[in-house]
Amino acid sequence: MSIVNLTMTENRTVPVVFEENVAVKMRSQAVSLFYDKVEALKEVTLPILANRITAIIGPSGCGKSSYLRLFNRMNDLIWNAKVKGQVYLDEEALYDPKIDVVELRKRVGMVFQKPNPFPMSVFDNVAYGPRLHGAKEMGGLSEIVERCLRQAALWEEVKDKLKGSAFALSGGQQQRLCIARVLAVGPEVILLDEPCSALDPASTMRIEDLMQELKVNYTLAIVTHNMQQAGRASDYTAYLLMGELIEFGPTKSLFTYPRDKRTEDYLTGRWG
Amino acid sequence: MSPTAGKLEGRHFRSRNATQTAAFIFLGACVLLILVPVIYIIVYTIVNGAGAISWDFLTQLPKQRGLQGGIFSAIVGSFYLMVGVVVFALPVGIMAAIYLHEYARQGPLVRLINLSIVNLAGVPSIVYGLFGLSFFVLMLKMGSSLLAASLTLSCMALPVVVTASREALATVPNSYREGSLALGASRWQTIVRVVLPQAWPGILTGLVLAVSRAAGETAPILITGTAFTAILPTSLFDQFNALPYHLYVVATQIPNMPKSTQWGITLVLLVMVLLFNLTAIILRIRLRAQRKKWGL
Ligand SMILES: Nc1ncnc2c1ncn2[C@@H]1O[C@H](COP(=O)(O)OP(=O)(O)OP(=O)(O)O)[C@@H](O)[C@H]1O
Ligand SMILES: [Mg+2]
Repeated sequence: MSIVNLTMTENRTVPVVFEENVAVKMRSQAVSLFYDKVEALKEVTLPILANRITAIIGPSGCGKSSYLRLFNRMNDLIWNAKVKGQVYLDEEALYDPKIDVVELRKRVGMVFQKPNPFPMSVFDNVAYGPRLHGAKEMGGLSEIVERCLRQAALWEEVKDKLKGSAFALSGGQQQRLCIARVLAVGPEVILLDEPCSALDPASTMRIEDLMQELKVNYTLAIVTHNMQQAGRASDYTAYLLMGELIEFGPTKSLFTYPRDKRTEDYLTGRWG
Repeated sequence: MSPTAGKLEGRHFRSRNATQTAAFIFLGACVLLILVPVIYIIVYTIVNGAGAISWDFLTQLPKQRGLQGGIFSAIVGSFYLMVGVVVFALPVGIMAAIYLHEYARQGPLVRLINLSIVNLAGVPSIVYGLFGLSFFVLMLKMGSSLLAASLTLSCMALPVVVTASREALATVPNSYREGSLALGASRWQTIVRVVLPQAWPGILTGLVLAVSRAAGETAPILITGTAFTAILPTSLFDQFNALPYHLYVVATQIPNMPKSTQWGITLVLLVMVLLFNLTAIILRIRLRAQRKKWGL
């Protein structure tokens, strides 16, 4: 473990405990996000470590989704959103005019709060990405689909229904299908925006287990308003409050010894 | 539950029931009011026109200013017009709708454009005719021709096609677009692979409405391309005959024209439009069935 001082704003630095020898896969450097004139994120500086699960917690409306969507530039789709600062993937600046957003989104996949499979068959859903990027039906597409469904722990449940509608699956299965769909593109980072909020506890556990398996090969960042989930399933936790990063650190130490009073209040339910 | 509560509930229920019945009757009467004229027109047309319909009537070219022979040239002309409107108005209409809904920055300008397009649908057809005359026939030197008339009718159909397509695009949930874009699809790939397949039924509905209306128009084609002729057009720059125009001439310019011929022409026009509707409806049912299969 080593301690690094992260500069939040000009007059505020936050000491952060890091494991040594872990690469920083992505990071945001003093990123502010504006919706029209409203500042939804205030100079957030945060690393996302490779092959770790980083949880982003905070009360509703604090900017968790807005923050997560910076990493694959999904905020580009919102007309009135404006970004200041910089986000890096392997030290490559994402908000550089030269960046190919399509290429970026292949490397940084996203799973949404509400399962959003396409109105297609289970197979076509998983094959959607590979087909986009030029996979041929003959060139091992069904192998890709099977591998990704297995990785998403869904294969056994759907192997006989590959041609059936994705909507015939349960909510939890649909969410795992969406994860498989992301895996099929071959990303390096997977962003999950409250992936379990529409699911029952059993499905939630399955997704959490799945995340543990995935972090061996991928870097994960998950937004959750479920503190137990952050405590259980993440290695690092960031606490956002009203667009400001309050605290960041290894989940265990942040949950047991929060350094900031506001984090402590939130964790103990005394927030607000 | 106490007995009084039960009684109260019962009375409430009865009065609500009475209101409901009254509303039902009223709404039903309104529907009838709409249906009666439509049914009357159809029945009247069939009763009066069926006698004129024969194989020769449908397949012969008109002779002696329409008094003899059939209406083949008018059927062919109307068919070409409908094809023309589909060919010109559908792609342009869809592209415009895609631009307005999927690409353009949604703001006051786009709202103004949308509103203008909706209003264009209400512009009288003769105005489109005059536009076609001055723009396609004279300025672009197409002359009085099938091409000029088709383009004129297409302009008339466009607002309806654009509006319907835009509304159809708006019904496609944004979560599909986000899902697709997040997988590294371009905007265009997203539209083609995810959005349009969902929007087709709505787009087709608009197209059917627009083409049906265009097929029955007389004024715009009268001044941009028709001739009371028995000659079939062999190129896009020929003049042509069309059912509504043929009917107009026969009913107003030719003395001693048997009434049954006029109603026969009307009937053929109706059937043509209905057949087009039917094709679109079948297509739509197919699409719907496909969507049902995906649980939509
Ligand atoms: N498109 C938008 N236009 C304007 N303001 C927005 C927009 N999207 C989000 N906001 C505002 O930005 C703030 C942060 O929103 P965000 O969705 O990131 O919050 P969140 O932490 O994900 O909340 P939740 O837990 O409820 O999902 C909120 O105050 C919200 O009202
Ligand atoms: Mg959110």
